[in-house]
Parts: sequence; structure tokens; C-alpha cells
Amino acid sequence: MTLDFSRSLHYWWALLPEIVLCIAGMVVLIAGVSGKHAGAARGDGEDAPAGQGNELGWIALMGLLATAAVNGWLYGVTEVGTDSMIAVDGFRLFANWVFLLGAALSILISFGYVYRQKLQVGEFYALILFATAGMMFMAAARDLIVVFLGLELMSIAVYALTAFNRRDRKSAEAGLKYFLLGAFATGFLLYGIALVYGATGSTNIAAIAQAIEAGAASERLLVVGVAMLIVGFGFKVSAVPFHMWTPDVYEGAPAPVTAFMAAAVKAAAFVAFLRIFVVAFEGVHDSWAGIVWWLAAITMIVANLIALVQSNVKRMLAYSSIAHGGYLLVAITAANQTAAAGLLFYLLIYTLMNIGAFAIVIGVSYHSEQRQHVEDYAGFGWAQPVLGVFLTIFLLSLAGFPGTGGFMGKIYLLQGAADAELWTLAVILVLTTIASYWYYLRVAWFMWMRPATAEAEHAGVVTPFPMQIALVICVALIMYTGLFPGAALDFARESVAGLGNLGDTMLGMTGR
Amino acid sequence: MTALLESIGYANWALHALIWLPVLGMGLVLWAEEEQAKTVAFWWSMGVFVLSLGLWWAFDAGYGGMQMESVTPWIESWGVSYSLGIDGISLFMVMLTTFSTSIAILGSFNYIKTRQRAFYALMLLLEAGVIGVFVATDLLLFYVFFELTLVPMYFIVGIWGGERRIYAAIKFFLYTAFGSLLMLVGIMYLYFKAKTFLGVPTFAWADLLQIPLTGPEQLWLFSAFALAFSVKVPVFPLHTWLPDAHVEAPTPGSVILAAVLLKMGTYGFLRFLLPLFPVAAQHPTVVMTMLVLAVIGIIYTAWVAAVQPDAKKLVAYTSVAHMGFVVLGIFALTVNGIQGGLIVMISHGISTGALFLLLGMLYERRHTRVIEDFGGLGRVAPLLATAFVITALASIGLPGTSGFVGEFLALMGAFETHPIIAIIATLGVIFAAYYMLPMVQKIFFNKLDKPENREVKDLSGREVAVLAPLVALMIVIGWHPTPILDRMEPSVRAVLERVENASTGMADGTSDPVPALSEESAEGFEPAAARSQESDADQALVSGE
Repeated sequence: MTLDFSRSLHYWWALLPEIVLCIAGMVVLIAGVSGKHAGAARGDGEDAPAGQGNELGWIALMGLLATAAVNGWLYGVTEVGTDSMIAVDGFRLFANWVFLLGAALSILISFGYVYRQKLQVGEFYALILFATAGMMFMAAARDLIVVFLGLELMSIAVYALTAFNRRDRKSAEAGLKYFLLGAFATGFLLYGIALVYGATGSTNIAAIAQAIEAGAASERLLVVGVAMLIVGFGFKVSAVPFHMWTPDVYEGAPAPVTAFMAAAVKAAAFVAFLRIFVVAFEGVHDSWAGIVWWLAAITMIVANLIALVQSNVKRMLAYSSIAHGGYLLVAITAANQTAAAGLLFYLLIYTLMNIGAFAIVIGVSYHSEQRQHVEDYAGFGWAQPVLGVFLTIFLLSLAGFPGTGGFMGKIYLLQGAADAELWTLAVILVLTTIASYWYYLRVAWFMWMRPATAEAEHAGVVTPFPMQIALVICVALIMYTGLFPGAALDFARESVAGLGNLGDTMLGMTGR
Repeated sequence: MTALLESIGYANWALHALIWLPVLGMGLVLWAEEEQAKTVAFWWSMGVFVLSLGLWWAFDAGYGGMQMESVTPWIESWGVSYSLGIDGISLFMVMLTTFSTSIAILGSFNYIKTRQRAFYALMLLLEAGVIGVFVATDLLLFYVFFELTLVPMYFIVGIWGGERRIYAAIKFFLYTAFGSLLMLVGIMYLYFKAKTFLGVPTFAWADLLQIPLTGPEQLWLFSAFALAFSVKVPVFPLHTWLPDAHVEAPTPGSVILAAVLLKMGTYGFLRFLLPLFPVAAQHPTVVMTMLVLAVIGIIYTAWVAAVQPDAKKLVAYTSVAHMGFVVLGIFALTVNGIQGGLIVMISHGISTGALFLLLGMLYERRHTRVIEDFGGLGRVAPLLATAFVITALASIGLPGTSGFVGEFLALMGAFETHPIIAIIATLGVIFAAYYMLPMVQKIFFNKLDKPENREVKDLSGREVAVLAPLVALMIVIGWHPTPILDRMEPSVRAVLERVENASTGMADGTSDPVPALSEESAEGFEPAAARSQESDADQALVSGE
């Protein structure tokens, strides 16, 4: 099927995954407030009956599955030209897989949590689906306005999710903090879009690129606009120094939401960041690459150093997530084909290992917000060997250790940096990785090398069936991509082939 | 024997089996009963050792290049292949690994009493990783194995170690990782150059040898690689992790650490550092730096060892001194020096491994490692004393033991090019006697004045079985090293030829196309890149302009 966007009907086809997902979200929402679910988990002190709300989770997962099917169908579609508002290219579709995977895993690990915490399941799952739809808009956007719409759809849903546990003060605080700072950052983004429009006369990415190419853009206005956009995106990807909200929000939000934010929300921001900067602002690469270079460098350094002293595992993972954002910023700085493919691949791996790690954190904390201190992991490995080995694999993968997908992802990012000859950034990347070994291994040593403080404390760690599914998926894919990364790498590489002007460079080498 | 090996196609699968059999054994050990785990692990590792013995006959002693090569694409779009091969340098390292793993497992039967399945599984994983390091001929594959060995060792030290085990484990891990991650950037640089020069991405060792690198580039890369390997060796002043790791590690961990893990560093010098960066490797400043560091390592650690009250720590410091001889031999850049270094590597693996086992046996009997706590043990445990004395003499380098052959050749090699350095280093042999003999005397010969020491039992049958092959090897290599030297020589010459052929492009900083390893080995190394992608390479060169 060929999509010709001169006919508006074809936009419906191009947006089919988003449409399916939004419908699924509404179904979950309506099912949640109707019938026997209406009174579910009001939080009036009574235990909800077992299994309450699980159906809604499975419905949400079915919705994600249907969306994934439609997303796969879009591979058979070709588009005419690259100047439409909505892109139908490999880049978008690959990113969609990552978002859908992240959302599905987040839902799978939250079954026990929402039940124990008596959350309003219908709204909870529906908000995850809506946020995912927003991410997919961001990945698809070839127009800054669409980026903005997607970003807002995602952000507002995630603000609500952050504050979702209304009986928990920290959750409310996190939600408010995220909302206020997020709104501020959105303002920067919007102002940036306005300035770019002023400079180039368009909000369409292809048109902006053409205007810059033709020298029709007002240079100063454009640079200010680009800087504003960097601030806006820097906030969303929590790059230092725009990261202040992240640790508090990640620590305060319900744990499955934190997993979702750290993986999928960050992925969406990076995908939009990459497309806009690599395609639209390719012509002014020299003026923004320096800024992003510094952002990447200080993000890696600061986040890894602060993570060293965290003893709350959830907060440590929050800083680790900032650090991983720094690694991904290296790919944006490099802005070549290898780096773009590396970014996609890394996002995929990062989603798996991060959500996997969070799943076990949720398990260890008894599906609540207690027992998150690293001391609580003492002896955990020997008490629960399978979970212990899994968490060790996730930690090694986050640390980028050979044999895991995290290593291959890091190698790919390093290749991107190598192709752009960003040797200093590459050295910073590996040096900060050594710092990260310390805090990841710290959890491992508590798990395996310290005796448990109380004999039976780990016996209460239960993993419901859906969480087991999520864990097995994460471990299997991490090991698979760590040992046989070929297929996933080639897929990522092919996915960026049509992105901007990167495709025509020899072997991914830019002439820069 | 050769015919038998040929009839079963030994050369085709041996190297793969040596890596993957231990991994399989790991599964078996985890599956076995807790009580049986050690037996399964021991017989499995013996099987791997017996299998590796075939390499001795299957190896063509007259050929200096890679043998038993096999190349399987692994990550095609990056040009990474699962390619294995063996030459005269790695042959003995592989055999040393399989040998010492079996010995270490047998020696840990009484020492490891808790969580045995996990322990023996990690030992086998470690064996697989180390063998992988020695047979990988793809740089990224090598790196994967090189890093992979850290994980099992980290857990072995951290879980079954002594009082300060966690500190020692994390220090070991971070030190080594620090070096190797910088090497990773170096590897990426080589990948980048290969992609520019050959037109396709590749990590194959043979292909990387073809890349012309300018003098400054070689110096930078040399530094990155040398740092990684020097931490591992360890070269003074990067050695501080070693005493901690050795002292805290359980006996089998110490044995493996001393016998093979340290050798990965010096092996890296020979396999990658010298052939890949020949110009930097023979730069006078570089050579002098390495030699001086080696000599400082030899002399300084000998003195530090002499004042250690803890016998295990003393032996740990002697490791640094011994490895100093290896580095000295290698950077003498003579055939004798490198061969001597290789023999020291083998000899140190055997003798220091044996010393750690003996100290472990003493610890099992007396639960102390402080030298002053012993005395006169020779009277109550004559076999133990005999084994200890022979091992200590081999460690010192007494003529007639393996230590002598290695140190003598290394010093001779160094004397050919740097006489003064060699003379100073020779003092290290004397110092070795100075720290080792008093320890032997205090433990085994002084008065039997402590009542606890009267109860010490002599070696059991199993312990004799552990020590006998080690002692036998020390003496056999000491008297008859020729078969080993013969097998090493062509490969050592090939490395040296490559270093010497790299004309001094250093002075003016211009690059020169470095010649292939040697005439004959070049044939075996039809570059994978050039084979398939010649036209692409041309295009890339054109478009690169």
C-alpha cells in the first residue's frame, strides 16, 4: 500500500497504531468505571478481592498487542515523499516497538503493585496506554507541532501517573514537582518551536531542513530557537543540568511508573530529539553539537558520581537512568547513521534491562514503597537464587558487561562516537562506566556476599505470574542480544536507513 | 598419536570444545547434588585437561602463525567473528589453564565447604573465559572473554574469601575494569581505522595488523592497551590490587589468579601490543619505561615480600616480582628474552600455584597464615615439607627447576639489549632467596616449640595427588625445556620479525604500511575484509577523499 498524504484519508492509515492504542485506552477506562470494577480498590481500608483488576491489565496488554500488530502491518506501507506531518519509516516503527514493549512490561510488573496499593486500575492502565500513544506521536512526528502534541499527551498522562498513589505523600509531591517543572520545560520547548518557525517559516522538519540548506533561515533566531529546544528536550531526557526533578520524581512515583518513565518516556524524548536535530537541524550541526557534547559529558560525569553515594536502590536506578541518558546524548552528538542505529538499539536494550531491574526492586519491596535500601538486599541472592541471578544479569547489563545486551549497546554507541571521531566523549563514556560498576556491583555484593539480616525476610518476596513473564522476557532478550546481537543490530541499522541525509553516507560515516 | 588425533579431526573442534565443555560442565555441576558437585567438577575439568593434551601433538612446531584456525561470523555488520586459533605463545597458556583448573579444583575439596555447586560452577566458567582469552583471534571476542573472566573471579573472591573479601573483590574488579575499558576505546579506534582503511568494519586480529598507523597513533593506542594489560600483569605501580585479592581469595581462587589470570596480561603484550603497535613497542622511551618498571617491580616487591608476616601475602608479592621478569623478558625484544618470559609465565603458574595450595593446606590444618605461628613442621609433616621446599626453590629459580630456565633466559635476553638493566634485575634472584628461604626455615625447620604444631598431619593421598604433578613439572621443565622452547620459537620469532620490520616511521611521524606478520603466516591471513569486499574498499577509499 502506498500512502499519499495529499489525501487526508491516508493520514488515518498512517496513524492506525495510535488510533488502535487510543481506542484500547478508552476501552480500559470505560471497563474500569463500569460494572463490577466500579468499586474496585477505593482504598477504604478493605482488601480488594484477589485478582481484582487483573482483567483490565490483560485488556490493556491485548490493546498493546493489537497496536503492535498494526505497527507490523505498517512495514508493508510506503509513503510518497518525506515532507508529510506523519512519518511512516523504519525509525518510527522501531521506536514504536520499544515503546510498546516498555508499556507492556510496565503493565506486567504492576499487577501485584496496583493490587497491594489499591490503585484505581482502570485509570492506571489507561493512562499508561495514553502516554504510550503520545510517545508514538512523538516518534512519528515530522512536524514540530505534532511533536508538541505528542509530548503533551505523554507528559500529562505521566504527571497523573506519577501522583497516582494519592495515599502516598511522596507520590503526590513527585507528581506536583514533575508537573511544575515539566510545564516550565514545555514552555521552553514551545518558545523554541516558535523561534524556529520565525527563523525558517515552517514547523515542518523537512521544510526547516530545506530552509537552512538554502540559507533562507535567519541564523541568530534559529540558533536561539535550537538552544531553547535543547533545553526543552534536555529536561525531558533529564540531562544534567536539567535533571533536578528526576531523582525525586523517580523515587516518589509508584515503582512501576518509575520503570515506565525511566524506559519508555525517556526513549520517546530521545527519539524525537534525534529526529528533529538530525533531520531538521542537520545543516547547523556545528552550532548545536558543541552544546549537546557538553550536556552529554556532564550528564555522564555528574549522574554517575552522584549515583555512587546512593543507598536507596530506586534512587540509585534514577541516577543510573540519568547516566544512561548521557550515553545516549553521545549518539545525538555524533549524529551519524551508526549513532542513530545505536541509539535505537540501546533504547531497546535499556528498556529491557531497566524494567527488569525495577521488576525485582518492586518484588523485593513487597510491591510497595518499603525495603528499597541496599541493605535490604543482603543475602537476597541465596534466598531467592533465580531472582538473584536475574537481578545480577540486569545489573551487569546496565553496567555494560560482555555477554549481555548492555555491552553490545554500549559498543554500538562507541562505534557511533568513533565514526564521528568523538574520542574525548568516548573516553568519558568508558571512564564513567567504571564509576557505574561500583554502584551496580554494590547491589550484587549485598545480594551475594552479605548474610541476610533476618532469616525469613526474603521469603515474603513474591513474583506474580505476569511479573514472571516480564522477567523471563527481559532476561531472555538481554542474553539473546548479548550473545547473538546480529539480528537486532541489523534491524536497528535498517530502521534508520531512511532517516534524513544519513542514509547516503558510506558505511555510516559522515563526511564531517 | 598424531595419526589418532587426525583420525578424529581433533584440530577442527578442539579449541571450540575447550571453551564450551567447561560451560557445559557448569550446567552439570549446578544440576548435580551439593555433595557431588566437587567430584563432577573435578572429573569434568580433568576431561578438559586430557582433551587439551592433544594440542601438544596436534600442534605443528615448525610453524609460527596461527594454527587450527576457524572463523565463524558472529556479528556480521560489525565485522566481528567468532574466530579461534592457537600458536606457540597461546598453546602453553591453554594447557596451563586446563591443568591448573583441575589442580585447583582438586585442591579445594576441603577448603570450600559452603555453596559448593555455585563455587565449582564459577570455577568452570572462569576456565572457559580464560581459555577463550588465549585462543580468540578477534579483538572484540578477546575483549569479551577478557572481561568475562572478571565476573566469576569477583564472586569467587567475594563469596568464599576471607575477612576483607568484599573490599578485595571490588578492588580487583575496578582496577582491572579501569584498564580494560580504556583499551576498549583503543579497540574502537582500531575499528575506526580499519573501516577507513580497509573499507569494511573488522575486528579480526589478522586484518588489524594490516592497518598503517602513524607513530603518535601507535603511542596512544599502545598506552591504552598497555594500561589494560599492565594492570592485569600487574606491573608496578599498578599492582596494589594483587596482594589484597590473593590474600582474601580462597585457595583455589588464588591458584587460578596466580597461575593463569595474571598471564592474560603478559599474553596480551605478546599477542596484541607488540604486533599491533610495533613502532611504539620499540620506541626507546617506551621500552625503557617498561623495563624500568619491571625492574622496580622485581626489586621493590622482593623487599616488600621479605617483611610480610603473612605467608600468603609474601607469596602474593613474589607474584609481582616474577611477573616483572616476564615483562623484562618481553621488552628485551629478543628471542631469548621473550622465550624466557614465556617459560617464567609457565613456571610461575606452576610454582606459585603450588605455593598457594601448600599454604592453603597449612591453613586448613592450623587456621593461620602467620609465619611466626609455625615452626619445625618438617618433623611432623615431612612430605609437606619436601613439597614446600622444592616448590620454594623452583620459585626462587634454583638451577634444575623450571624457574631457573625462565629467569635465566629472560635475563640473558635482556642482557643482549640492555645489560645494565639486566644486571640490576639479576639482584632480584638473590632477593628471592632472601625472602623465600627464611619463610621456609621459619615454617619447617626452626624448633617445634608450639604444641599446636605437633598435631599437624602430613599430606593425605589426595593432597599428594594435587602436588605431585606440580612438583614433577617443575623439575621436568627445569631439566628438559627444549620441547617447550621448540614449540614457542617460531611464533616468538614471528612477533619479533614484525616488530623489527616496522621501520622507524616514528621520527617524522609518517605512517608506513607495516608488513604482514611474516612471509609464511601472511598466507594464512588472507584478510577477511579484503576477501569479500574488495570493490567496496576501493569505493570507500575513493569516497573518503
